[in-house]
Amino acid sequence: MSILVNLLGLGAIAFVIYWFWLWRPQNAARSAGGAIEITVADGVYSPNHIEIPAGESVTLRFLRKDPSPCAAMVIFDGLNISEELPVGHAKDIRIQTQEKGVYKFNCQMNMYQGSLKVV
Amino acid sequence: MNQALSEQGALIAIQGAGCQSCVKKIKHALAPLTDADKVSVDLQQQTVSIDAAVDIPAALEAIRQLGYPAELKEDKQNEENAAGGHCELSAAEPDTVSEQDAAPQDASQPSKSQTGAIQLNITGAKCAACVSKIEQALQNVPGVASAAMNFADRTAAVEGDADTDALIQAVEQAGYGATLATDDAADQEAKEKAEQVYYKQLLQNMWLALGLGVPLMAWGLLGGEMMVQTGLSQFAWLAVGLITLAVMAKSGGHFYTGAWKAFKNHSANMDTLIATGTGAAWLYSMAVAALPQAVPEMARHVYFEASAMIIGLINLGLALEVRARGKTSQAIKRLLDLQPKTARVIRDGDEKDIPIENVRKGDLLRVRPGEKIAVDGEVRDGKSLVDESMLTGEPIPVEKKQGDKVSAGALNKTGSMTYVAVKVGKDTALAQIIAMVKKAQNAKPPLGRLADKISAVFVPVVLIIAVIAALAWFNFGPDPRIAHMLVAATTVLIIACPCALGLATPMSVMVGVGKAAEAGVLIRNGGALQQAGELATLVLDKTGTITEGKPSVLEIQAVDGRDQTELLRLAASLEKASEHPLGMAIVESAREQSLTLSDPVDFQSESGQGVTGVIDGVTVLLGNRRWMETNHIDAGPLTEAADKLAEQAATPLFMATDGALAGVIAVADKIKSDSREAIARLRERGLRVIMLTGDVKRSAEAIAKQVGVDEVIAEVLPEDKARVIRDLRQKAAQGELVGMVGDGVNDAPALAEADVGFAIGTGTDVAIESADITLMRGSLHGLADAIEVSRATVRNIKQNLFGAFVYNALGIPVAAGLLYPVLGVLMSPVLAGAAMSMSSVTVVSNANRLRLFKSSAQHKQEEKAA
Repeated sequence: MSILVNLLGLGAIAFVIYWFWLWRPQNAARSAGGAIEITVADGVYSPNHIEIPAGESVTLRFLRKDPSPCAAMVIFDGLNISEELPVGHAKDIRIQTQEKGVYKFNCQMNMYQGSLKVV
Repeated sequence: MNQALSEQGALIAIQGAGCQSCVKKIKHALAPLTDADKVSVDLQQQTVSIDAAVDIPAALEAIRQLGYPAELKEDKQNEENAAGGHCELSAAEPDTVSEQDAAPQDASQPSKSQTGAIQLNITGAKCAACVSKIEQALQNVPGVASAAMNFADRTAAVEGDADTDALIQAVEQAGYGATLATDDAADQEAKEKAEQVYYKQLLQNMWLALGLGVPLMAWGLLGGEMMVQTGLSQFAWLAVGLITLAVMAKSGGHFYTGAWKAFKNHSANMDTLIATGTGAAWLYSMAVAALPQAVPEMARHVYFEASAMIIGLINLGLALEVRARGKTSQAIKRLLDLQPKTARVIRDGDEKDIPIENVRKGDLLRVRPGEKIAVDGEVRDGKSLVDESMLTGEPIPVEKKQGDKVSAGALNKTGSMTYVAVKVGKDTALAQIIAMVKKAQNAKPPLGRLADKISAVFVPVVLIIAVIAALAWFNFGPDPRIAHMLVAATTVLIIACPCALGLATPMSVMVGVGKAAEAGVLIRNGGALQQAGELATLVLDKTGTITEGKPSVLEIQAVDGRDQTELLRLAASLEKASEHPLGMAIVESAREQSLTLSDPVDFQSESGQGVTGVIDGVTVLLGNRRWMETNHIDAGPLTEAADKLAEQAATPLFMATDGALAGVIAVADKIKSDSREAIARLRERGLRVIMLTGDVKRSAEAIAKQVGVDEVIAEVLPEDKARVIRDLRQKAAQGELVGMVGDGVNDAPALAEADVGFAIGTGTDVAIESADITLMRGSLHGLADAIEVSRATVRNIKQNLFGAFVYNALGIPVAAGLLYPVLGVLMSPVLAGAAMSMSSVTVVSNANRLRLFKSSAQHKQEEKAA
């Protein structure tokens, strides 16, 4: 019994490490010509992995449904973008960068998290 | 040349192509007409580029048959012949997709809205067919003159006088979603409304959860049985468990859905901690209530009250946080409030009030006393005192007359004026200030980076700590081990607060940047906010920074018996038409005193010496000492006075009337009245203040002495200023920062070279890109204010970060049971819930304390008043 509980605990730790840190997104949302719509609700940006081509201008349309102030901002660190998202109607953020790489975007408190991959 | 066949190809503007299959279809359709490999479709720009010989009308027709409206944008052959190349042009040119589409918006600038048009954001439009469907739906709404959708941006612009709700409804009925794209003020209003609703809901949730949690907890505290016995109590607890579940779902449902959605997305947040913590407590209690025999007798305790209390307390914490946060954006609100909602426009001789959005460039507007200026403009007629203090921090109202610039948001105090709109909408200085402050308010100074890194991995780490704590209790703890395990793990999950850590920096920045804006200091980025307070050396450009930046009459010394005012009148009349800066200064001075000038007769000027002419029958000479000698006038009696004036960095101009020396007029670039005091303030703050100027050493030192700087670097050519800053930075000790203050135009390279560049603006020219910080009023006090605000903000951030770190660093180990071996107690999860919800409130409240910040100048003023 006690071995089982310990194994379960260790398993839980391993799972947390795998699920939240080691897992890598397979499918990122890409632009199909128009804006990429991102819903901000329930603690999650969906989709939260976005891929855009370098040098091209892409519109990210954030639609915030979560009234909690936590969701109020979206900050793209490294792109010098920080915008306030209104509740209930869309906010467009245009992104264009030549620099390839992965840019994290998050709310002020880092609870909403997403990544923008420029390829 | 054959118009139809283009050898070089063509650029065709299309509409409504939104997906890769559209690209294929278009290429396929063009294949019979041209080399398909040379066809490229740009979905973003909505263009088809053909780089091979093609029959243009046939190509247009082929595309149109697919259902995409197509227009020839450019015949590459013609273009090539005409301009020798087209690529640059077409890339830079705004999208001119079609007549219809060109009207509303330029695809490359989504934020630019047409004044007067209603802008809608459209959701759910996925294909070309949607565009015409939506446009049709909008056009059917009564009052709509035209409606055009931009597919690339998924926006629609509606011209005409239609009800926005009806428009949204029409789009929704067509099967899509639409929201109004609104302006800042409306956004702010909507935000406040949403926050109010959210606040009420949080309070409701709180009452419901505490309504269950408090009686349950009281029951336990007053000695009621919290252990599950067989028989009736088991059923009673099962019932309580189900009620708790219902309350948890109602009051804390969003925590669970949030946690689940985040989990599915491989991310973890606050909700994850709350949901696992309260969920574990409930599941355990439910298991005990359902199958008491399965757990040891001592561990048959239920924790329903903990789940309910935690949900209630966290809702309370969120509600308090929403309240406190509302205050942090007061500065923005105040700026937004400056913008009047309507403007009084004069059209065809009629005056009427129209909504501010409908004011267009070139409109003639009237502002009456007590009203606010609606848009940036130029005074056409009238005269008045205008209070720009809310914009620039400059407390004294400024006189405005014909030709002067007025800024939106300034308060017109005394007279009625008409002015022509020069900048409207998002282009006004006020709108730009708001945008800049908003942006800076969300910036993060480097100080907050560590907290960011921690908060990004915080939740999974806490999950792991909770498991470790549970295992430690299970393996080494006293009985009842299972119950202890649960309590320790739950308490760890609940007490941990990444929010406090995440909020520490942004909340203080928000208030600090807003506070600076109130003092007329615009901070562009987080780095500057932090570094301004860390500066050790501050280099001030002389002209326009320490001094007014334009010459004016400093002093008039008359020979005994002569009237100073009369001398000024004569000199000004002589210089009336002058374009020389010294002459202009004299004319300006006479105008200020409302002197009546005469026209000069027989005007002559001798370059490098002076001027002469006859004013009202009197022959007047004005110039330097050489000019007097040339005209055989003895300047002797005034040479000493002139030398003294020169020592004060002024230029003495000798004056003679009818062959006799009359006086000397000293013209100088005057030192701003408060420069000395402001520089003293900077030095009191421990800064080394250096004056930088192109002047010769002697006059530079004269000014330096008057204003009291530490050091002078004189005779520096404008192009060498940046190099001076670079040298200073290299020479500075490790970690000592060098700031530069200049006018932002001539000094741009030096500003960019400095660790922090301050641009001194006069009035409201906020678009000073080269500066990290813009001081909107001319006074150097703004500089001292900026540095004080920066220091206060950084101190506040440090307090917050320290508090948040210490809270988590102490709270988590205590929650895990570290004090048990010493004190024999284990923290209750309910207490953890209370502590957690208070921790973020504390951070926000501390940031709000910054609102009470007052600069040392304000303190002094208050002392004086008292």
